[in-house]
Amino acid sequence: MTATEPVSIAGAFEHPTREAPDKSTMQLHAEVAKGALEDAGLEKRDVDGYFTAGVPEYETGLSPLVMADYLGLDPSYTDTTDFGGSSYVAHVGHAASAIRDGRCDVALVTLAGRPRSRGQATGSGARELRTFQDSFERVYGATNVTMYGMAAQRHMHEYGTTSEQLAEIRVAASHHAQYNEHAMYREPVSVDDVVDSRMVADPLHLLDCCVVSDGGGALVVVSEDVRSKLDRDCVELLGFGEAIGHHDAGRIDVTTTAADRSGSRAFAEAGLGPEHVEYASIYDSFTVTVLEAIEDLGFCEKGEGGPFVEGGTLQAPDGDLPFNTDGGGLCSNHPANRGGMTKVIEAVRQLRREANPEVQVDADVALAHGTGGSLGTRHGAATVVLGREDR
Amino acid sequence: MTWEPRPVPDVTPETEPYWTAAGDGELLVRKCHDCGLVYHYPRSLCPDCFSEAVEWCETSGHGEIYSYSVARTMSGWPDEDLPLVLAYVELEAGPRIMSIVDADPSAVEIGTHVAVRFVDAADSTIAVPVFVPVTD
Repeated sequence: MTATEPVSIAGAFEHPTREAPDKSTMQLHAEVAKGALEDAGLEKRDVDGYFTAGVPEYETGLSPLVMADYLGLDPSYTDTTDFGGSSYVAHVGHAASAIRDGRCDVALVTLAGRPRSRGQATGSGARELRTFQDSFERVYGATNVTMYGMAAQRHMHEYGTTSEQLAEIRVAASHHAQYNEHAMYREPVSVDDVVDSRMVADPLHLLDCCVVSDGGGALVVVSEDVRSKLDRDCVELLGFGEAIGHHDAGRIDVTTTAADRSGSRAFAEAGLGPEHVEYASIYDSFTVTVLEAIEDLGFCEKGEGGPFVEGGTLQAPDGDLPFNTDGGGLCSNHPANRGGMTKVIEAVRQLRREANPEVQVDADVALAHGTGGSLGTRHGAATVVLGREDR
Repeated sequence: MTWEPRPVPDVTPETEPYWTAAGDGELLVRKCHDCGLVYHYPRSLCPDCFSEAVEWCETSGHGEIYSYSVARTMSGWPDEDLPLVLAYVELEAGPRIMSIVDADPSAVEIGTHVAVRFVDAADSTIAVPVFVPVTD
């Protein structure tokens, strides 16, 4: 299938809060929705498509009903695809399909959550059994961080990747975060700081892990007809791909992620390759999440991620592949324990030249990639390739 | 030794033979007669070919560690069970299954040979398979 009608991101807004003890998750959804619509120059009544996943304080599974009611929306099209943090990247692609099918013209995508205020032990807490598979996994005390730890351990075993190489990813993120006034952790860190931080789940240290923050974000995806009437720089969606990775009946390879398929699908639709990407937002729940995604998206050969990230490759503005220039999930925020939304937002900022000046990259083509769920078992992957209108 | 207060598996009609076999000291996998796939976790239709001609097979209970991680802290888990070695064990029978290696973390590496042990769940006839290092 070839995408023909241009589809653009007209509005992007990230909630500035990182801790919201006195707000509800619903309120955060509304605030980011308002912010993104204002950014686009559109009104709430213009919205005819609505996309969200998960309203964590109310785990009803009825999020389109709950949220459309709260926000006062009248969408002709809704989608609540939920594969964790990659969902919101996927929603951009799904919105594009709906727009090209004539189902809607102005699609609103929202995410919000308050895990920090709620005191959730996000990555290192045992969880109750919720899914069929949990009886074979969570029953053993599998946590998010140990499952990513298994991915890192095997990657090290097969390819000689080191803790110091993983640490380079945090170092680059922290370098960028120092310029982001909203980032939770703005202090630049060194490789030694990372490998000397306490071990959480071998071989992942505390500074290999993302922050736990409140917050949210929203995007407005529009048809060409709407875009042409807006007085706003928009960012064109050039390509989208999604994929699911899983246990594969017992053949799981924890060194490879579904990014190998979501990325190639997005690049094929864009008619571009990784060599064309000048800025990359890559989901960073843990340092190893970035390392494996970089390989699977084709920025380097499989197993070469460790050497690739050495020497400032990921640091803006001068590295070969500047990434996560807001500080990312590792340093800035990870709202609702789901970072895919902010990956798209920072890519939009970069293409619009609205990133923090010290890390602004002269990019015409950017990529945003989300990883949801766990590399140790089931995960979603969603990739968008984005371009400047005037590229 | 009992499994609780750790979580006990949700035993369904589809998986009940797996858990009761564990209670009898056997680790089962499933095998598809049509395509030959040996798979875990158990399910009634072959996940490769959707055949219903699948059977339970006893395994040797031996395997080696494919990967592991050591939880140093974990909220909601008994302190006396920490640090906890979570692992994928690649069974001799084929599939990689997630479990615990009941050992000091210093005794565990990728490739370490392990054998199954069973920990009773207090309130029923089922047991939960875990692994311990063994020398060949």
